[in-house]
Parts: sequence; C-alpha cells; structure tokens
Amino acid sequence: MTTTAPPALPLPARSVWKVGTVASVRTETPTGRSILIDVPGWGGNLAGQHLDLRLSAPDGYQAVRSYSIASAATGDRIELAVDRLPDGEVSPYLVDDLMVGDEIEIRGPLGGWFVWRTEQTEPVQLIAGGSGIVPLVAMARAHAASGSTARFRLLYSVRSPGDVFFASELASLASPNFEVTWVYTRETPPDWPTPAGRLSPAVLEASTIGASEMPAVFVCGPTGFVESVADWLVALGHPASSVKTERFGGK
Amino acid sequence: MTHLDGNVLAGPLSELFSVDMTVAVGRCIGCGDESVLANAMVYESGPDIVVRCHHCDDVLMTLVQSPADLRVEFRGIAMLTVARSAESR
Repeated sequence: MTTTAPPALPLPARSVWKVGTVASVRTETPTGRSILIDVPGWGGNLAGQHLDLRLSAPDGYQAVRSYSIASAATGDRIELAVDRLPDGEVSPYLVDDLMVGDEIEIRGPLGGWFVWRTEQTEPVQLIAGGSGIVPLVAMARAHAASGSTARFRLLYSVRSPGDVFFASELASLASPNFEVTWVYTRETPPDWPTPAGRLSPAVLEASTIGASEMPAVFVCGPTGFVESVADWLVALGHPASSVKTERFGGK
Repeated sequence: MTHLDGNVLAGPLSELFSVDMTVAVGRCIGCGDESVLANAMVYESGPDIVVRCHHCDDVLMTLVQSPADLRVEFRGIAMLTVARSAESR
C-alpha cells in the first residue's frame, strides 16, 4: 500500500524559487563570463555561499545546477561567474546565450559550511583551481569591505593568464593583508620566472600559510584538483577539520 | 561528470529541513565515520542524487526529485546531529 503525503507547509525564503533578471554580463575568459543578476527579495548572502539555478525547456524538462556567488553583499544584486564545460548542459547557455534582460530562476542563498564570516580572526588560505576562484573572490571582497585584519593569502592555479577570472579585481584587492600567488599550468605570462606546470606539494608548501599558523583553508575547483590539494594540505600538517572543500565536478 | 560534495545538498534539503543541513554531522552506519554532510561524496544523475560516505563509500542517502514530490531514503545514516543556533537554545 502506498501513502500519498499531504501538502507540506510553506517553505523558508531561501528554499523558494525566485526570479532574477540579468542586469549585465562581462566576458572574463575565452570560455567564461561573469553575470550580474537582480533578484528581488534576495537580501544578501555570506561570502562562499551558493545558489541553485534552474532552467526550464518548453517541453517541461528542467535542469538545476549549483553556482557559487562571487559577491558577498547585502541587497538584491548578486554576481555569478560561469565557465563553459565542454559537455555541459547548463553552462553553455549561461556563457553563450543568456542576455541582459533575460529571467532565470534562482534558489538561495544556500550553504553554511564553505563560508567565511567577517568575525573570523584566524589567518585564511584560499586555494582556487580555474573557476573555483568564484566563492574565494567573494571571501576576498568581504575581507576587504569589512576592514578585517585577518591575514589572507590566495593561491590561484589556472591554465594561462587568459583563463583568470576577475583578474583586475584580484589585482586591486592585493594588499599587505592579501597576497596572491599565481600558478600557471600550461602557459605563463612573458618573462615569468618559473616554467608552466601543475601545482605540486612543494609549490603548495612554499606559497601557502603554514600549518603552524593554524589557518582556515578553503579549496575550490575541479574535483580532482580539490582532492589532491586537500590530501597534500593534510600531509603538510593542516588538520582535516581546518580544510574546507567545495568541488565543482569536471575532472 | 565526476562526483561533487555535500555542499550541493543545501538546496534540495532546504525543502525538507528548516536549517542548513550541510553543516549537520552524520554518522555512517557502515563505518561509524562522523562528518558534516558537506563532506559527503555526491553523485548526481539528472534529478536523482546519491550521497556516499567519504570514508567508506557506503550510501548515506538518496534523493529523487520530481515536480510532484521529493523522496528521500536515509539508508546509511545512523544519526544526524544539528547544532543549535543561538536563537534556538
């Protein structure tokens, strides 16, 4: 015998699908773009949170994907950045087809784990692979806007200089309290002191805050990148509980 | 597409629980590992989600999402612990 469940009670605000309108788009890389969206009723989000985005086809087919939010502000305007996956179902539409004025369905803000709060005082090590920079940019922005004196370092691994998301913003955020280390895996800028190559445990150790300083560590990017880096961090002495990870899928 | 992690459960589980469940600590029936759900391995196939223990790979939960309902199996979670917020103490 099966039982039909009675209708559920009304959902909390973050669980309800809201309609957002695209306010502007900007090309970031050959395969990626950042998107500003106005979402009435959004109310703001913490640095590192994400949203769910839902696309519906005329035949009723729906696809839902989670996207990290690049902004960490109050108010109803949010920023996303999306990289087009070669066999993606949603990302090609968001990168190539979505236009200013288009409407999309959004749920959130979501997530309380991969979050940096301005009250945190310990040093913070951010580690990004490719588009994994998105939630970490939100943390860097929140850090700067709040006047936090916590020491921040970012290690950003990309294929080439052209694949950097938010390049000018990261340059403007650099300060004595926010140091950025670049790792280029396929092509470096001209006159770069080191040849292109994947991130290694040795480079990781040399360019990140040491375990003895007990930093909060946030690692985000493709699943393989995140898992390798997280394993190396633990091998370097960081407690597993200090290393927070967010996997974007892909390789 | 390879696996994701439990951070992506925030949206679907927000339809079931009033608090963010990615920070809830789940104990795996298979191996006893206790971790936040954010650290579980998540495998998505369209609207179907399989959540596996990051330590022993046993299935912790499954979610099947359809327009009419959300069906959840708590197959491998022995216990869930949710810390109280300041307001709910």
